[in-house]
This record gives sequence, C-alpha cells and structure tokens, in this order.
Amino acid sequence: MRKYVLKRILMMLVLVIGMTFIVFASLYIAPGDPAELVAGVGATEEDIERVRESLGLNESFFTQYITYLKKLLKLDLGTSFTTKQPILGEILVRLPNTLNLACAAMILSIIVGIPAGIISALKKDKLVDNVLTTGAMVGISIPNFWLGTMLIYVFAVVLKLLPSGGMTHFFWTPTGFQQAILPAVALSTSTIASFTRIGRSAMLDVLQSDYIRTAKSKGLKGTTVILIHALRNAMIPLLTQLGTSFGVLLGGAIITEQVFVINGIGTYLIDAIRKYNYPVVQSTVLIIATMFILVNLIVDLVYCVVDPRIKYE
Amino acid sequence: MENVKRKNPIKTAFQKLLKNKMATLCFFILLVEILMVIFAPVIAPYGYEEQDPAIRLRPGFWGIHEEEALAMGGVNPQDIYAEGHILGTDNYGRDIFSRLLYGGRISLMVGFVSTAMGLAVGVICGLLAGYYKQLDNPIMRVMDILFTFPGILLAMLIIAMFGVSTFNAMLAISIWSIPSFARMVRGRVLQLKEEDYIMATRSLGATDARILLIHILKNCLPTIIVIATMRMATSIISISTLSYLGMGVTPPMPEWGGMIAAAKEYMWQRPSMIFIPGIAVMITVICFNILGDKLRDILDPSLRD
Repeated sequence: MRKYVLKRILMMLVLVIGMTFIVFASLYIAPGDPAELVAGVGATEEDIERVRESLGLNESFFTQYITYLKKLLKLDLGTSFTTKQPILGEILVRLPNTLNLACAAMILSIIVGIPAGIISALKKDKLVDNVLTTGAMVGISIPNFWLGTMLIYVFAVVLKLLPSGGMTHFFWTPTGFQQAILPAVALSTSTIASFTRIGRSAMLDVLQSDYIRTAKSKGLKGTTVILIHALRNAMIPLLTQLGTSFGVLLGGAIITEQVFVINGIGTYLIDAIRKYNYPVVQSTVLIIATMFILVNLIVDLVYCVVDPRIKYE
Repeated sequence: MENVKRKNPIKTAFQKLLKNKMATLCFFILLVEILMVIFAPVIAPYGYEEQDPAIRLRPGFWGIHEEEALAMGGVNPQDIYAEGHILGTDNYGRDIFSRLLYGGRISLMVGFVSTAMGLAVGVICGLLAGYYKQLDNPIMRVMDILFTFPGILLAMLIIAMFGVSTFNAMLAISIWSIPSFARMVRGRVLQLKEEDYIMATRSLGATDARILLIHILKNCLPTIIVIATMRMATSIISISTLSYLGMGVTPPMPEWGGMIAAAKEYMWQRPSMIFIPGIAVMITVICFNILGDKLRDILDPSLRD
C-alpha cells in the first residue's frame, strides 16, 4: 500500500516537472522579444537592454529554466506584463469562479449522468435505453460554446428567466445558482454523456458476472442486488472517468467562461494570449494542468482503497 | 494447392457497416457533405466575401416572401426573404448558405489534415514504443506529459507560442491528437508482438522493419481507423471552438465556429445566424461519432469504453 502510494506520488512529480518544462520551453522559443513587450512602446534600446538584464533573459536556457523552477517552489509566478501585478494574486481572484463553474458542472454530471447510465443498462434495448444512448451521443457531439450561446438566446433573451452571464456568487447561494445553471449545463453535456456511456457499459459488465447471478439465485431482491452488489463494482470504472472528466471540465470552462462572460482563469488566459502576455499564459496553463494532475493523483489513491486488487499489480 | 483467396478485413468491415441503418445514414450524410464542400465554388450561389448592404440580416426561406408581403401591406423589410439567399444573409449582407459551404471546407479540411498528421506521428510513436522495450518508457512518458494538459489547453499553448493562423490551429490540434493514437497503437503492438505468427515471421529471418511496417501495422489498422474516425469528430469541434475564440481561422475566411462568434452580436435580430452553423457542426460531429462507434463494434470491440 505504502509502496503504491509512493510510486504514484513520484510519478506525479515527474509529470509536473515534465509539464513545467513544456510550458517553459514552448514560450521560450516563441517568437517576439519579451523585453520589448515589458519595456513598452517607445522604449529606447538601452531601456530594453536593462529590462532584459533584470528579467534574466540573457542567461542560457537551462539557467533560466532552473531559475523559473526555483521561483515556482516559492510560489512566485512572476508579474503580468500588462498590469505589472503579481500573477499569483490575479489568479487567486479568478480561480474561485472557475472552480465554482467546474464543480457545479461536475455535480450536475454525477447526478444526471450516473443514474442515466444505470437506468440505461437495466433497461437494455428498451425504449428508455435507446433514448438515453441517443441523448448521450448528441451530448458528446454538441459543441459547448454553441450550446451555451443557444441557452443564452432561449433562457435569457427570449424567456428572460435567467441571467445571460456573469458569476459573482457561489452556486449554492440563490443568486449563484441562477447564474451557474446555464453555464453549468452548457459545460457538462459532454461529461454527462460520457458518464452515461461508461456507467452503462460498466453496469452491463457487472450484471453479467457470476457473483450477481449467485446473489440473485440466493433469492435476494432485485433492488438489493442492484444497489448493494452491482453498483459498488460498477463504480470503479466511473471513478477513473471522474478524474478525466475533471480535466475535460477545466478545459471546457475556459471556453464556457468566454461565452458567459465569467471572470475566471480561462478568460484571463485567453486575454493573455491575445496580448502576448507570456508569463500569464505560462502560469494559467501551469495552474490548470497542475490541478488536473492532482485530481488524477487523488483518484488513483481513492481507487486503491476502493479496489484493493490494484495494490498487487 | 488450392488458391485460397483471403478476404480483405477492411472491405468486410465496410460491408458490415452498411448493414447498419444508422451507420449507413451517417456515412451518406458525410459523403454528401464532403462532396458539397469540395464543390462549394460550383454549388454556392455567391462568394463567401460577396456583400450586398441592401439586404443585411435577412431571414432565409422561412421569412415572408415578396408577394405575401405585398398582400399583407406594411411589413418590416427586415422580415422579407431575400430572393436567392435560402438561409438568409448576415450582418454584411453575405449569403449564409454560401458561407456555410466554404466554412465547411475549412472545418473538414482542418479536421482531416490534423487527424492525418496526428495519426502519422502517433502511430509511429506507438509502433516504436510497443515494439522496442528500451523506447517504451521515454516515448510513453512524453505522451503522459502531453496528456496532463486537459482538453484544448495544449492547443491554446501552441497557438500562444506561434500566433493565430489556420495552419497553427491545425498544427496544435494534430499535436493534441498524437498521444491518443500512440497509446492505443502501443497497446495493440504489445499484444501482437506475442502472437505466434510474428515469432514465426521472425524465425524466417524477417527484419524488424518488415515485421513492424508490414505485419504489425496491418493488424493495427482496425484500431487506427476507429480512433481516426473519432478524432475527426474531436478535431472538427476543436477547430470551430478555436475559431470561436478568435484563435483559429481568421476572418473574412468563414469557419463554422467563427460564424457563430460573429453572430452573437446579432442574436436579437437574427438568431438563425447562430443556429445554422451550430447545427452544421453538430450533424458532422454526430455522424463521425456514430460511424466511429459502429466501426469500433465491428473492427475492434476491445476499445469499448
């Protein structure tokens, strides 16, 4: 058990370091001189040179990378080219909005997707199953920025029921709930669909297994068999999907934030890309990817508690 | 010796595919769509940049026709159907149907090229990683690192690095597809390597290159076809998403995602401008996904989620 946990944590560290390398290197080789951007328009050659010196841009690639890593360890993400403020602070202001949206979408995916998958499996090849599997197919195929725009049109413009954008409160407060509902629906369709599909096939696998037949032949009631015996085992593949889906939701949140004008890290990132604000691009990509790696680590660890077989592999 | 003719497995799979009604429907929808976008210059009634300021934001065939308007009397000219523009016109008075066709050209081309590029690199990586033990770790760890960027984030990083252009978006999407191909192909190679016939071929003196490129690759083909079909769907969603965000195809070149972004401002007057390109993306993506699903069931059921 301890060996497994250590191995996972070590692997995570390797992934984080590899990821920082890609993030750093990709913007290192990007065209454009950061010193010129920082110095601003109308800066003299000497000004630019001074900025270059102060940013350490004259050092070799590896020296710069090591300095970057050292700074990261001290949680120093650098300063934004445009606002000259520390990036960490700017991210911390926006991160709650993004997490609020992603969590709302995750909860929605779990409460809709998993039951839909189970029902679909129990009613295999019946009308309900066909409707749900078709729905899931549409769900994975619908572009979420388009769905978001359509939802705004129907619920905010035509019916005037819900706000068309913005996010100022957490989703469990009444105002926050109203603000979160449309973006969360737009964001979660693909995860709802994948939970339905995976839940369905996991449940079908389990229902065909010997121990379910044994449980049934012992005379146990159908609902007991399903809720106690089958569901527990069908949850295992869904758990892995939970980790992957969190990444999908974080990635999707970047786009959904744009559609619903939410001031989260996605909006921050896209704005930074447009303005060639490299340190901000680096840091936001880094934060999103790190969160994704961490969630996957947690899923792996929970996995090993839920499914003890994995420890022996 | 009797000459035993071996059936081509891909051809058999295709015949099976056409027995499924849903898959056949999707296949023909895509076929028609592909032909339409290829022949867009012939089919499209107008050019994608052709503007007519006199007929801005007009409805399509569902609008009020000229003669009806005359009979009804005072009708808002904005509600009158502009003859010849079956899907209406946009804010510059450009024909939406023509733009849809030209936009589809870009979407499908980007989808196809980026899938093909991702496929080529991914398959090579997967073959090498699966076949040579000493390459397995280095290649697959790089793939793992690429997988740590969720969703479209990696594509955005690449675009931040090289700047906004259609080509860069295509490159970004193809790099993003590499790990999916590499992982699946590697898994398949690991299984195939242990098969008796591969051992037999080797004992006959076949070189590694021959075994890999002829025998193993041929048997990986079903897996590759399935993943490529599904990646087409993802790539098309990705290019329209990137264009929507202003990081993909740049105006005035039409692209479905870009058309939706431009239409957002005119949501009040002409919601169909948002609706039409979105439906086009969705139908295309659904067709590729359904085809991918059915192909998987036929060619490689082990890929089931």
